[in-house]
Amino acid sequence: MWRWLIPLSVVPVLGLLAYGFRVNPHDIPSPLVGRPAAPFVLRTFDGTDVSLASLRGRVVVLNFWASWCYPACYEEAPALERSWRAYRDREVSVVGVAIQDQPDAARKFIADFSLSFPNAPDPDGKVSVEYGVYGVPETFFIDRAGRIRLKQTGAVSDDLFRGEVETLLGEPA
Amino acid sequence: MRRAGLLALTVAGLVGGRSVEARAPAAPRLAAGPVAAAAATVPANAAPTIDEETVRRVAAQLRCVVCQNLSVLDSPSEMAAQMRAIIRERLAAGEAPEQVVQYFVDKYGEWILLAPREHGFNLLVWAAPVVSVLVGLAVVAVLLRRWTRPRARPATPVDPALRERIRRELDSLP
Repeated sequence: MWRWLIPLSVVPVLGLLAYGFRVNPHDIPSPLVGRPAAPFVLRTFDGTDVSLASLRGRVVVLNFWASWCYPACYEEAPALERSWRAYRDREVSVVGVAIQDQPDAARKFIADFSLSFPNAPDPDGKVSVEYGVYGVPETFFIDRAGRIRLKQTGAVSDDLFRGEVETLLGEPA
Repeated sequence: MRRAGLLALTVAGLVGGRSVEARAPAAPRLAAGPVAAAAATVPANAAPTIDEETVRRVAAQLRCVVCQNLSVLDSPSEMAAQMRAIIRERLAAGEAPEQVVQYFVDKYGEWILLAPREHGFNLLVWAAPVVSVLVGLAVVAVLLRRWTRPRARPATPVDPALRERIRRELDSLP
């Protein structure tokens, strides 16, 4: 019995390692998915206010980005702009939030990619924390009832945008 | 692809967070007007003073989200500075330290805590070192006892003929 005890004690350790190695440590599940999106009021770089409350009834794609976030933010910016233009007349809103960024650099980013959806800074980081943002880019898909349905960590592609937004648009308001 | 994106994200977050901090050590507020995140649950009864020690105690429990293994208290990043400001603001609004910690847990999950809470599966993290040391000590104790115990030599059977010869030779001695 004692002879087997030491070899057998390795089994739970191996089990733990097998579990640990199959988990992506960068993939941190958000507790916010499925919960109501935190309300916010942001002043855009254009000087107009944008709030979640004013977008109620629309599918909202809330994208956190930064001009220093290369290459992921640079990859997704054209895709977001294309998707926004394709869906803007179908009750879909895209809101960009520049976090931990310098205003001039953020404005240049917006101009370089000709972003036409509202973009705003988050100077005190409160909106970032309200959404549990820990990096950029992060994108939240909010349904028409104001509930967070998906958090995308990393660049958003045309396909991902279309797939998620079509699903949310297919649901009753 | 996704993995590469996440790596880029992490790298961008680390490099970017620090570079912004380096460029603007005084952390100037961005030029846009007041931006109000709807802080949904801040109680109205504001405490008159903020104990900085309490701020530090709360900040020490929370992970700086753009750092590697640094607390909100220890990190020089802009994000950590913003989180410290939020902690201070919520404490000033009358929240208990535990409520402030819970606010961040609600937003980020228990990942935000540097020390996992002592319940459920997390107990393994707390118990495993103690159990490992105890098991190790027990194994060492057993082995030490086994190695230091004097071994009783088995009696070797003596050939009766040899025994008889020895007796005879002893008897024949003058």
